[in-house]
Amino acid sequence: MSGLARRFTGMRAVLRREFHGYFASPLGYIFIVIFLIASGYLMVSRDFGRFLELREANLDALFSYLPWIFVVLVPAVAMRLWAEERRSGTVELLLTLPITLEGSYLGKFLAGWAFLAVSVFLTWPAVFQVARLGDPDWGAIFASYVATLLAAAVLLAIGLLFSALSKNQVVAFILAVAASVGFLLIGVPQTQEFVGKWFGGYVERVVSSLSLLDHFETLTRGLLQLNSLLFFVLFTVGWLVCGMLVLGQTKTN
Amino acid sequence: MTETDHPDSVPSAVAAETEAALPEADALGEVLISVADLTKHYGAIRAVDGISFQVRRGDVLGFLGPNGAGKTTAMKMITGFLEPDRGSIEVAGIDVAADRLAVSRRIGYLPEDAPAYGEMTVEAFLRFIAEARELEAADEAIDSVLETAHLRSVRGQTIETLSKGYKRRVGLAQALIHDPDVLILDEPTDGLDPNQKAVVQDLISSLSANRCIVLSTHILDEAERVCNRAVILSEGRILVDSTPDALVAQAPGHNAVRFRVTEGDAAEVAATLSAADWCAGARVLPGGEVEAEPRDGENRLNDVLAAVGEHRVADVRVREGRLDELFRDVTRGVAA
Repeated sequence: MSGLARRFTGMRAVLRREFHGYFASPLGYIFIVIFLIASGYLMVSRDFGRFLELREANLDALFSYLPWIFVVLVPAVAMRLWAEERRSGTVELLLTLPITLEGSYLGKFLAGWAFLAVSVFLTWPAVFQVARLGDPDWGAIFASYVATLLAAAVLLAIGLLFSALSKNQVVAFILAVAASVGFLLIGVPQTQEFVGKWFGGYVERVVSSLSLLDHFETLTRGLLQLNSLLFFVLFTVGWLVCGMLVLGQTKTN
Repeated sequence: MTETDHPDSVPSAVAAETEAALPEADALGEVLISVADLTKHYGAIRAVDGISFQVRRGDVLGFLGPNGAGKTTAMKMITGFLEPDRGSIEVAGIDVAADRLAVSRRIGYLPEDAPAYGEMTVEAFLRFIAEARELEAADEAIDSVLETAHLRSVRGQTIETLSKGYKRRVGLAQALIHDPDVLILDEPTDGLDPNQKAVVQDLISSLSANRCIVLSTHILDEAERVCNRAVILSEGRILVDSTPDALVAQAPGHNAVRFRVTEGDAAEVAATLSAADWCAGARVLPGGEVEAEPRDGENRLNDVLAAVGEHRVADVRVREGRLDELFRDVTRGVAA
């Protein structure tokens, strides 16, 4: 077995268990229903997406609000993953099986991500509708789905970190929401203006380059730019590595 | 077997402590767990303080000790869940610090309170463990442990709906699924009712052939029933490493003779017995019975009956030493 594969020993078993776990309880279904209602409402609402008023064959009305829905819902998907293991003591069982900490961590991440992907792809009726009513830009829709999944990944990695940090699911949830909101607020124009005014243009550019919303928007416009893709990948990996380091410390508490 | 033919394959420190207790050298199995100078601190507290021991195939070693003695910490280090501050652990010849994964494939571990995923059914849970262990014949392995742990009737139930006794057996089943050489069981019967305890103890006894089992308990009867070696830990140190039988023989009051005087004066009989040179003391108990304790722990029933002489006695019995009294004596000595 190669060194890297060995490092992630047991990932597949954990991934399968956790993914099935979402559908073993009503929680997973409730999550999907809430997600679809919220995304559908924001899409057609006159105050937000104005999909019906715009009369355009694109899905910006859907995708531009998904990060804000994720801020609440992704921490809900993540909160159980480690907090519950640590509260019930099963973490000791898990990490004395032939499963590495990295393998189980990545397995849980991928399970949560796969579950979020299922939820996101259940928005297909919207795609179906724009295809029926007009001639949408398929490249932009594809890129938007990629962007949505990448945004879900980075927020999930944040949620997982807080789940590894606190044994209490509610605490993990609240901290993850707060951190995710903070991460998103870096990108709103008001924040950038404020930073620019106080710290100058250079800092403003740095801060705006860290904006999840900006990179998300770049991608949803259909531009699969390397720096935006790298932003999501690097931040996801960074949060995952932080989470693994945290879990290494907290697993025995 | 060849390695055990050499007397120096046993480190001298361990050999000295266990020499009297263990059977002849050629009856010993291979060493499956070898712990040397194991130490672990939690902050300023020394949870495990330089313990060394070996466990061989066929051994059932009981870790005895008061709460906080370091039993659980020691077990967590053997399974690789905790890293020791100092010392080495080898399981089946593999260094735990160097290759935890390889060790985990040789160990079956029941953590304290038998944690399991409550929302899963017994069968799904065992399937997950089988998958994590990459068992090739998973179905056969699951069937076999369901049978061994008497779980067939609840295989489709979610674990959170099971009684404590069943849950503990689910924990044992997951520990056994890969037929490991080494079983580490942390308080396998704690919190169970007497019937459930008996079931789990019988199960453990039936598993002991051809394996090595380390279990922790603070129930001394259990150690007597299940274990062939008993290690008493207190404040992170090994105080005694012996067999339960040898411990019983050392226990205070072992072979004390108790009887009722039906005709005559009990106090007088007690006084006569106390005067005998083999007798450590004789007294009249609150219930009116007389108890005579031998100085050397040998069975002195004949001497007692001879000393009783003309008096008539009834309900004569020889008492066994009580492990819990020895346990209290030994562990109190450390605490003081």
